[in-house]
Amino acid sequence: MNAFTPDVTFDLAEAPLRELNAALHAATGDSNARRWRVLNPNGRHALAAGVDAPLTIEVEGHVGYYCAGMNQHAHIIVHGNAGVGVAENMMSGFVHVRGDASQAAGATAHGGLLLIDGNASARCGISMKGVDIIVKGSVGHMSAFMGQAGSLIVFGEAGEALGDSLYEAKLFVRGAVKSLGADCVEKEMRDAHKALIAEKLAAAGISGVDIGDFKRYGSARRLYNFHIDNVDAY
Amino acid sequence: MCGIVGIFLKDAKLEPELGSMLASMLCVMTDRGPDSAGFAIYGAGDAEHVKFSLRAAEGFDFQGLAHSLSLTSGGTPRVTVRATHAVLEVPAAHASEVRAALARHPDVALVGAGTRMEVFKEVGLPSAVATRFDLGTMRGTHGIGHTRMATESAVTTAGAHPFSTGDDQCLVHNGSLSNHNALRRALTREGIAFATENDSEVAAGYLTWRMKQGASLGAALEAGLKDLDGFFTFVVGTESGFGVLRDPIACKPAVMAETDRYVAFGSEYRALVDLPGIAKAKVFEPEPATVYFWDRAA
Amino acid sequence: MTAHSNVPRTLPRFSATFDPHTLSEIRRAAATGIYDIRGGGTKRKLPHFDDLLFLGASVSRYPLEGYREKCGTDVVLGTRYAKKPIHLKTPVTIAGMSFGALSAPAKEALGRGASAMGTSTTTGDGGMTPEERGHSSLLVYQYLPSRYGMNPDDLRKADAIEIVIGQGAKPGGGGMLLGQKISDRVAAMRTLPKGIDQRSACRHPDWTGPDDLEIKIEELREITDWQKPIYVKVGASRPYYDISLAVKSGADVVVLDGMQGGTAATQDVFIEHVGIPILSAIRPAVKALQDLGLHRKVQLVVSGGIRNGADVAKALALGADAVAIGTAALVALGDNDPQYEADYAALGSTAGAYDDWHEGRDPAGITTQDPDLWSRLDPVKAGRRLANYLGVLTLEAQTIARACGKSHLHNLEPEDLVALTVEAAAMAGVPLAGTDWIPGRTGGY
Repeated sequence: MNAFTPDVTFDLAEAPLRELNAALHAATGDSNARRWRVLNPNGRHALAAGVDAPLTIEVEGHVGYYCAGMNQHAHIIVHGNAGVGVAENMMSGFVHVRGDASQAAGATAHGGLLLIDGNASARCGISMKGVDIIVKGSVGHMSAFMGQAGSLIVFGEAGEALGDSLYEAKLFVRGAVKSLGADCVEKEMRDAHKALIAEKLAAAGISGVDIGDFKRYGSARRLYNFHIDNVDAY
Repeated sequence: MCGIVGIFLKDAKLEPELGSMLASMLCVMTDRGPDSAGFAIYGAGDAEHVKFSLRAAEGFDFQGLAHSLSLTSGGTPRVTVRATHAVLEVPAAHASEVRAALARHPDVALVGAGTRMEVFKEVGLPSAVATRFDLGTMRGTHGIGHTRMATESAVTTAGAHPFSTGDDQCLVHNGSLSNHNALRRALTREGIAFATENDSEVAAGYLTWRMKQGASLGAALEAGLKDLDGFFTFVVGTESGFGVLRDPIACKPAVMAETDRYVAFGSEYRALVDLPGIAKAKVFEPEPATVYFWDRAA
Repeated sequence: MTAHSNVPRTLPRFSATFDPHTLSEIRRAAATGIYDIRGGGTKRKLPHFDDLLFLGASVSRYPLEGYREKCGTDVVLGTRYAKKPIHLKTPVTIAGMSFGALSAPAKEALGRGASAMGTSTTTGDGGMTPEERGHSSLLVYQYLPSRYGMNPDDLRKADAIEIVIGQGAKPGGGGMLLGQKISDRVAAMRTLPKGIDQRSACRHPDWTGPDDLEIKIEELREITDWQKPIYVKVGASRPYYDISLAVKSGADVVVLDGMQGGTAATQDVFIEHVGIPILSAIRPAVKALQDLGLHRKVQLVVSGGIRNGADVAKALALGADAVAIGTAALVALGDNDPQYEADYAALGSTAGAYDDWHEGRDPAGITTQDPDLWSRLDPVKAGRRLANYLGVLTLEAQTIARACGKSHLHNLEPEDLVALTVEAAAMAGVPLAGTDWIPGRTGGY
């Protein structure tokens, strides 16, 4: 177990998830219950979903679907793998998955920072609306599908159809991209973009990464207004 | 729409615990499929004998059936009754004779056959189904299981998975196929028989048809990527191994865990949490449109 | 003068298959290369509630006195799991319509009208506006595939959550809303650049199928501490299976939208050719609930073509717990009003037929984001019109229920109905008038 002195330790082998979430929702972050440790998550769903306070929550193990869903303000660390839709629709705060994340990580999230140490599978950042997502491993197919805003920074590779039907989300991938989706193109990496990556990495506490290795991908904006000659893309 | 699980042992010392491992995995997947459950276990067996997994109504006289099937040179087939199911063991030389005889019993359904595979499935909560068939005490090298939330076909035992895809072959499915009606008609013309309106049975029948034409299971699964439309995660069992395949869109969940003692599959990680040494296992998500296969022979 | 002039001429004859409308659509497609996108619902003639009639009480049954003898209209939605179910005074609710599709004054008017009558309104794709939350005493917050504007603060402000899987105008469809209506405010609410086409997803981004829907419902319940009813809305296509699976996934309320249901904008081919009429969808949905032992425990709300109190009463008699209105509510506000005929004509349409809602030039100021047009709709007066209309729907339904001897609308039954046509008899599962024959079924009364 990592070095961390919790104010509250909650063992899901002893009490139900509903009690944990209710307690997290009641916590304001002003009291002595600011630092939480959750034991035996065992793949349970919706763990620490809907938290709306500056709490630190360390989860000791693998979690199921929608961990940290709709998070606001909290700093949630998963010492394990995360199931489908980790930090889906997050508004603010910081979610850190120490292992791999399953499909739709950070889906539709509006804000905050999602850091995944391992790989994220298909549809990472789908319909992202302002979240910053950093994946130290690789991302699966259809990542950033319909991404509207925010940034996706991938240290490894990207699967097929990266950024399909992309709006204004900014994508940066260091490794190979299997294929680009409709209306997603490689774009010139300018200083402003390098500064953006540096800022996001610094926010995630990551240093020593050569930013020059990343390539930038964005919307060609050809689908922004319908034209019959683009019909193959629909 | 369902929960699926599978486990393949590398370490023979775990073989006595296969049933209890599979039972715990199956029961955790109740939320995903409360209507019915089923499983296939690959246990003891030899090339000299064929096991027929049979299903009939509650209280059916399987012993009497075995007696009536008494063979000219093989004696009365060995029969092991478990609730509504029975496993009939006959010398391989008499297999077709017994098959023909069973066909004359419309009240008995043949749910699977093979040298090592035994198949059990029933309506009801997965825990009740596991208890009824005493899954916890079964031993073997690998097994697959399924909990079902019935979608468009009826909640019946016949609609429960696994579907046997040929001798020692079976399949469980999570997802929903969109071209199964046309495919069922085409396969029926090719001589594949179907017992249900279930889309998953069509997938099973499709693999059987491919393998009858000489394809390996791996090649049959590859071909399925082109011919099966819709959403699927399959786990399949064969005499010597088990495989996993997800459709290219891969919306339905899949988690795998591998240690030096076993490989396990679950629709969700929750299904795997009670496996020995899971905390140190390599836990990963199988890639879409990629055939995974573990074989004892390899 | 030739002999020819005395020969009778055959009149020019239009083809029934290639009728003038069809010809105009072929020419339009050939000229533009894009399918026709429009608002509203199906315009074709479909078997509908008009093909059903009530059997008023006589000698075998006794009617209730109007006004004096009570006929209840209240309904509670979300009694299965939610800590705070919704109590409605009338079983007529307002269906989901987005800010973006509708103007802010129109959303406010819907809230005012519904609240005055003790019923609920529903948000739409694009999030919750302060106008509609402020003016709606009961507000259902839609959870859609796009998740535009979705946020947990609004989720907690809502009185119920409606997970939208499909709508009757386009089951299985996403859509494309052309850019004209993406104003600054709409763009900001949806996190989209201004003026671009909005492409909507057809599936939710983070779950597919009932087994995963169950987990999504659990998450929404956890986030809102199990207080709010969770509705699941589907477009009518395979209602028996879709409703059973929504219920198995844990829904408190299921919403079933028939193909007559409207839309802000989608392909005409979708509106006219996908889905089934609400008349044919209710009985299979009710059967699904009955088979699960949950009829009236998981409430069924139906929509798609509800126009008057008779439609309300018929939907309830077939087994629904409540109805939702969309198109009719907009008409009550002032949509397609003949007072703007000159403006409709200028747009190449006519009052009553105007459906280019996606273009944002609605003369009535309802389906537009143009501030000048907004000012044409007074939300207070329009809200009053909607309240009046909701009141009439309720009174009409009560009148019919009393005539059938019912002290509550919910006591109407399929056996109170007969069908005028063989089609309606088969679809609604009620006997053809004057017979005991329900096509496709055996048995009599």
